[in-house]
Amino acid sequence: MRKLALSDEILLTVDKPARYIGNEVNAVIKNRDDVDVRFCMCFPDVYEIGMSHLGIQILYDMLNSDEHIWCERVYSPWPDLDKIMREKQIPLFGLESQDPIKDFDFLGITIQYEMCYTNILQVIDLSQIPLRAKDRTWEHPIVIGGGPCVSNPEPLAAFFDLFYMGEGETEMLPLVELYRECRKNGDFREDFLIKAAQIPGIYVPSLYKTTYHEDGTIASFEPIYEGVPSTVKKQVVMDISDTYYPKAPVVPFIKATQDRVTLEIQRGCIRGCRFCQAGMLYRPTRERNVEYLKKQAVEMMKNTGHEELSLSSLSSSDYSGLQELLTFLIDACNERAINISLPSLRIDAFSLDVMSKVQDVRRSSLTFAPEAGSQRLRDVINKGLTEEVILKGAGEAFEGGWNKVKLYFMLGLPTETEEDMKGIAHLAEAIAKRYYEIPKDRRNGKCQITISTSFFVPKPFTPFQWATMHRPEEYINRAKIVKNEIRSQLNQKSMKYNWHEADVTVLEGILARGDRRIGDVIEKVYQKGAVFDAWNEYFDMDTWMETFSELNLDPDFYTMRERSVEEILPWDFIDVGVSKKFLIREWERAKNETITPNCREKCSGCGAGVFGGGICIENKG
Amino acid sequence: MKIRVKFSKTGAMKFIGHLDIMRYFQKALRRADIDVAFTGGYSPHMILSFAAPIGVGVESLGEYFDLELKTWDSSKEMMRRLNSTMVEGVEILSIIQIPDGKASKAMSLVAAADYQVSFREGYVPCENWQEKFEEFMDRPMITVLKKTKKTEQEMNIRPLIHQYHIDADRIFMQVSTGSAMNLKPDLVMEAFYEYLDAQWNPLSVMVTRLEVYAETENGFVSLESLGDIIE
Repeated sequence: MRKLALSDEILLTVDKPARYIGNEVNAVIKNRDDVDVRFCMCFPDVYEIGMSHLGIQILYDMLNSDEHIWCERVYSPWPDLDKIMREKQIPLFGLESQDPIKDFDFLGITIQYEMCYTNILQVIDLSQIPLRAKDRTWEHPIVIGGGPCVSNPEPLAAFFDLFYMGEGETEMLPLVELYRECRKNGDFREDFLIKAAQIPGIYVPSLYKTTYHEDGTIASFEPIYEGVPSTVKKQVVMDISDTYYPKAPVVPFIKATQDRVTLEIQRGCIRGCRFCQAGMLYRPTRERNVEYLKKQAVEMMKNTGHEELSLSSLSSSDYSGLQELLTFLIDACNERAINISLPSLRIDAFSLDVMSKVQDVRRSSLTFAPEAGSQRLRDVINKGLTEEVILKGAGEAFEGGWNKVKLYFMLGLPTETEEDMKGIAHLAEAIAKRYYEIPKDRRNGKCQITISTSFFVPKPFTPFQWATMHRPEEYINRAKIVKNEIRSQLNQKSMKYNWHEADVTVLEGILARGDRRIGDVIEKVYQKGAVFDAWNEYFDMDTWMETFSELNLDPDFYTMRERSVEEILPWDFIDVGVSKKFLIREWERAKNETITPNCREKCSGCGAGVFGGGICIENKG
Repeated sequence: MKIRVKFSKTGAMKFIGHLDIMRYFQKALRRADIDVAFTGGYSPHMILSFAAPIGVGVESLGEYFDLELKTWDSSKEMMRRLNSTMVEGVEILSIIQIPDGKASKAMSLVAAADYQVSFREGYVPCENWQEKFEEFMDRPMITVLKKTKKTEQEMNIRPLIHQYHIDADRIFMQVSTGSAMNLKPDLVMEAFYEYLDAQWNPLSVMVTRLEVYAETENGFVSLESLGDIIE
């Protein structure tokens, strides 16, 4: 029987000990003597969140498919265990073997959101690995980061040996192979890093140097050695029906946030919403083959025993095989008494028909994400959803028996005016009106419209990467304008309004577009005890702001100015396919309120065509 | 057909709580392709009825749940399929067919259970504890303060301890279990520590449940003997 890293006394003292014992169904156990590379994959948040993440399951499956690599998992210890581990000097361990991570070859960390940056330091620190890459030796694992946030890795540059840009399926195994070779040859760690920098998609931050102008903007960003590439190219899997995908994902004992089979139907999105980072980063849109997905779904249901299945993609309605796939899945799931959790589909006759088959109409709700309250602003952000389409969809749904609607918006978008904010309330009112047009005897009581707004954060590699943000008070002020306008609508009693907190938004904005200098702040804040910033109960904005001023850094520099398109941005050295020229063009078109057609309608020459696949060739073929 | 499944839960699995064990089996039954009867509606689910679930931290060699099947195979075949999809620390020990009807439900039948108790390293209360334990048990009354959510009440637990013996460094006890009368071995041990004037800590002892019993005309019989193996 495996020996656990934590004693009974500790496990019986902490909340949810199942987070730390491993042993889950489909977890991979190998013999230590049969493997030559030990890899630990980390999602730097609590187990239940981390276990819901598809990307790790894919890489876990892929790395373990090499019989000489043993890939394990680790998540952030919750503060109760964190405290005990520090007191007793217990090193953080991989869940499968329960061995200390400090003895592994790699620690891979997926970086999904900015608010987990302190958790990254927690994981490195609890592993008893030096926080800064420059203090590490061959005695320590190679710490490698990946995921959407590495589209601007600079705030974290000091803490990582390597970053992997793009989709892990292409170059992770070659990287491990290089590592083996360097170890065998007795190369220096530094030599391994220099060689790794030659692998497409690998960024070694210690091999680059940034200089700054007096005004704080970047003057230069260059490799310090000759031969180290000056740009790093994002990796993309072109044939996603013929790549790694777990047939038997790990099944947690405790309920994970997403406790189900996840079927990734496509990558990328044809829509080109200007605020959306994923929509730009994952270009070109690539679909998985329908037959492949059917087979995969059945196999995953069988191997996990999950009671629910959901589809994953950025915009499922755009998947060309959706009808065929859903028809198949509804039958296959019915047969096995499995629920289908539908992703947010565009509301039309087809999706309503599907929804009525798999959900209780009286209890389920319709979701619309207009993102902005007025047509003008929706044109600015290139969200091709019109009021007419929303009202038509909602009308059909209401006639079909639905009475609950969820609406999602963003506040603080570029060029937003008070009229745009009030438009949110007016759109909700129009939807409510449409509901009450149905004769009383044919409708299902009152309608319930839930309006949620989040505050917009400009992200790298979007046409809004140059945009200015606002101060927390201004965000709250905008939410109040929406609230007041909702309260003055005729059908306000049918509406409920939720909005997000503003402090987190501002910090997220700083970290998202920050440069290397931010690293000192992250480290100092962490040393002061900050961790789990993504959790309201632990987030403390004051500590962050106080630390900025201690280190003489001005948070406003990162949030309160509109960057010029000539400025060197911290992430300019990454080539994601989508060109800066295209982003500038889109930024201009946004300001002119001009929409850009989606990839299927017309190619806009964004630059992702260089990858030579997906929607880019589909159109020409 | 209604069946009763007996399983063990040991090692790291003692840290998995009752609700999660239930979820674990719901998924395991699907993986093993056992044809379980579901409730209707938009979110059909299986009804597993567990007998006297144990708490986190306790190991068991005799846990039970009942469930209903639509179609079935032999006990041996269903055990084989389930055991091929178990994790380390959970093993299916037997599957029997049980009579239909509420009266035979595992939950309502439970009357007693066997436990093995030993001291965790470093927590042995005193050197001659074996002797002291006999003394402690020889008294006609063992009063403890039983806490419920609202009230605290003095109670004599001695009549709820049906049998006990000491074997080297372990104590075996058979105690009342179930909805009518329920005694946890921890409570006995807490009273023992108090009797010794020793500091009680819930981590002092390690508890393993060995078997669960129903009360019949012939006295206590294990829950797995109340039905037949499916051939």
